[in-house]
Amino acid sequence: MATNHDHGHGHDHDHHEEHEQLKVLGFWIFVVTDCVLFGTLFATYAVMMNSFAGGPTGQELFQLPGVIASTFILLTSSFTSGLAVLAMNKGNVKQLIAWLAVTGLLGLSFVVLEVTEFMHLMSEGATMATSGYWSAFYTLVGTHGLHVTLGLFWMTALMMQLKRRGISAVTRRKITNFSLYWHFLDVVWIFLFTVVYLMGVM
Amino acid sequence: MWENIKDFASTFFVTGDPLIYGADVSIVLTIIAILFVLTKYKKWGWLWREWLTTVDHKRIGIMYLIASLLMLFRGGVDALLMRVQLAFPNVEFLHSDHYNAIFTTHGTIMILFMAMPMMFALFNMVVPLQLGARDVAYPFLNALSFWLFMLGAMLFNLSFVIGGSPDAGWLSYPPLSQNEFSPGPGQNFYIWGIQISGIGSLATGINFIVTILKMRAPGMKLSKMPLFSWSVLSSCIMIIFAFPILTVTLALLFLDRFAGAHFFTMDGGGNPMMYLNLIWMWGHPEVYIVVVPAFGIFSEIVATFSRKKIFGYKSMVWAMMIIAVVSFFTWAHHFFTMGTSASVIAFFAISTMIVGIPTGVKVFNWLFTMYRGRISFKQPMLWTIAFIPCFVIGGATGVMLAVAPADYQYHNSYFLVAHFHQVLIGGVVFGYLAGIYYWWPKLFGFKLDEKLGKWGFWFWNIGFYVCFMPQYALGFMGMTRRYYTYGWDRGWADLNLVSTVGAFMMGIGFIFQVWQIAYSIKHGERDTTGDPWNGRTLEWSIPSPAPFYNFAVVPQVKEMDDWWETKEAKANGTYKEQPAKLEPIHMPKNSGIPFIMANFWFLVGFGFTFGWVWMAVIGFIGVFACMWARSFQYDTDYYVPVEEVRRTEASLGRVV
Ligand code: HEM
Ligand SMILES: [Cu+2]
Repeated sequence: MATNHDHGHGHDHDHHEEHEQLKVLGFWIFVVTDCVLFGTLFATYAVMMNSFAGGPTGQELFQLPGVIASTFILLTSSFTSGLAVLAMNKGNVKQLIAWLAVTGLLGLSFVVLEVTEFMHLMSEGATMATSGYWSAFYTLVGTHGLHVTLGLFWMTALMMQLKRRGISAVTRRKITNFSLYWHFLDVVWIFLFTVVYLMGVM
Repeated sequence: MWENIKDFASTFFVTGDPLIYGADVSIVLTIIAILFVLTKYKKWGWLWREWLTTVDHKRIGIMYLIASLLMLFRGGVDALLMRVQLAFPNVEFLHSDHYNAIFTTHGTIMILFMAMPMMFALFNMVVPLQLGARDVAYPFLNALSFWLFMLGAMLFNLSFVIGGSPDAGWLSYPPLSQNEFSPGPGQNFYIWGIQISGIGSLATGINFIVTILKMRAPGMKLSKMPLFSWSVLSSCIMIIFAFPILTVTLALLFLDRFAGAHFFTMDGGGNPMMYLNLIWMWGHPEVYIVVVPAFGIFSEIVATFSRKKIFGYKSMVWAMMIIAVVSFFTWAHHFFTMGTSASVIAFFAISTMIVGIPTGVKVFNWLFTMYRGRISFKQPMLWTIAFIPCFVIGGATGVMLAVAPADYQYHNSYFLVAHFHQVLIGGVVFGYLAGIYYWWPKLFGFKLDEKLGKWGFWFWNIGFYVCFMPQYALGFMGMTRRYYTYGWDRGWADLNLVSTVGAFMMGIGFIFQVWQIAYSIKHGERDTTGDPWNGRTLEWSIPSPAPFYNFAVVPQVKEMDDWWETKEAKANGTYKEQPAKLEPIHMPKNSGIPFIMANFWFLVGFGFTFGWVWMAVIGFIGVFACMWARSFQYDTDYYVPVEEVRRTEASLGRVV
């Protein structure tokens, strides 16, 4: 076990396991707060659903094929992050890092697609300042995108740590939290896809 | 060039008001004095090692306490300025826009930068000790929360001398808070000051939930946990559901102002009513967030000073949990008059009244606990007893406000102002003061002087009624809130003058308390026993002030009020001494990252306040770098050797 203590304390292992458990619980609660955050954003989106103020509507501008591609990419990345956890449970660091890298690349392409979509929409005259609807759209979708981007940085940091330290109680906990976060973003995206895009073009 | 600089300075620094020049001078002098003292006595290293980087919950609690007392002073000065302006008709002490700024900063500071940190001070000072824990669940995060609060508060306060204060009311309703009506940086200070400290509050909520659920001493089942800890749990549950809403609300308001979005604007499809709904979905739970811990404090104090077990423990717990849920379904009572359907209004009127029921249950439980108890009227108990009638009146007027048809009469009148001060001062401030008096010896090792405290107590209490009772009447007489002046013909002069006198009496009470602290540092009765009040819960079983690791040996809990039962058993001779075995104690290492990271957040806030995006970007990069650095830190804890524990305990007069 990778601890840095030079003392002969017998309960070391238990103690650390316990501490790491604690951090997983805290992370779950953090995810709850993030749910409330997204819930609030969804609510504002719902209120603004028809506030086009004479500007373009979602139905006119959305290009579903691109969005469906993003959806598949993100769903796949959630799956590969699951494979990473499986590799971790088998104790295979190399595989773990490899699956994380795949997850990261998928996440990155998701973000790139999203940025392209935003550019397209803006070029069509739908910006944050166009109407209440577009303000809510960019805020909701953008907040999700920001979460994914942060996740990419986090993942990079974790891969570096895994290289250096291998699988320990601490890195194990970090990967657990990360995969929880990543699945959570996936679930949020499914809601987003349904409420914003599917219902938007209907 | 020179012209440009002059131009910039005259918009950047607030000018043209003697009050503000006075503040400028005193700020500069204070900073120079602090720098001088720190350098002269070579205290920089000490400050950094012992305080700025500390992760010890007790020290963090002390810093919260100091900050909140300073903010109570600032908010109190604001209050007195307003009351001077209103003392007589046609007074020209403050300009109308200055008055607007002052009631805004007063309300904001009192709730977010006085009540919240004082509450967090008590959480930190007490909860781990009460649970028999060595620290909170996440000490690093705890320090980060504190520094986020601190720098958010500093950012907000800075608006007084730089850029100009916000003046759209403490909840910043649009369209008043939009660019059109609040063009300057004041409103941005508001948004970022609260946003930054709010993130800290959210983290504290998570931290204490986990602490309470997971860090209790072995044997302390939830059903044996002290009521203060229960109240903290209830409050933290509300925090984690309410504060994300605030985060979003402020972010949306900022996007409206900064990026031209149309969430709450009058044009572009925006909807100002949405802001009202959102802000009160946070705002109403917020008042319960601050008052429920006060209920916990009273429960502890009533039991200790009546020498009795608390009456109706289970119903107390249920009452707090019900409040935590129902408080989320009452928000619309803040705008009954703004036009919705009758059924919506009825729902919110009824839910509001329902919250009154568990609160009533608690009051009766306290009274039953006192009934036939051997009550000793020490300071904590005095404030508790003063709280009860105050809160009962405040609750009754609250129910009056909740009667929707009647609210058309009271809405935004002085009746409302009197009501919410009655619950906020009578409930929150009295409660926290009681708690501070109660737990002070545990943190500092001495008691606060009784005699000076009693002077403070009576000035506060009599002052309170003199100040706010006339305001109920003024409300009925048609005076609405946020008036900055009025004419003789209204007939409001006498009552307003009385009210101002009362406000100054409370100010005198505060001065007595400051004096009391200063006096007691030197002359206060030292607490050598660790148990100065003959307490019931675990925090009283260790020395005062508590050593940094809290418990030399983690206690084994068997009963509710375990320490009391232990003492009883010792007195009866039925106590079986357990052989205590010392083990090395696992402790977190200090870290400078929370302090540095909060400073970068400050840069973010300050940059956005003035629209200097480059500065905000630097800030974000700094925040990010701090997180990155922390992620790579693995060596974050250490062990205190048995020898050191033994030595520390011996120096505190204990043998283990
Ligand atoms: C210490 C004695 C205090 C006095 C004399 C005082 C006085 C006042 C006055 C004169 C106003 C303005 C009323 C108006 O709108 O015309 C006010 C508003 C307010 N006060 Fe106090 N106050 C005191 C303490 C507190 C405390 C302890 C809190 C909260 C914990 C508080 C919270 C508020 C809030 C939220 C407002 C509304 C601000 C707004 O209208 O936006 N006050 N107070
Ligand atoms: Cu309310």
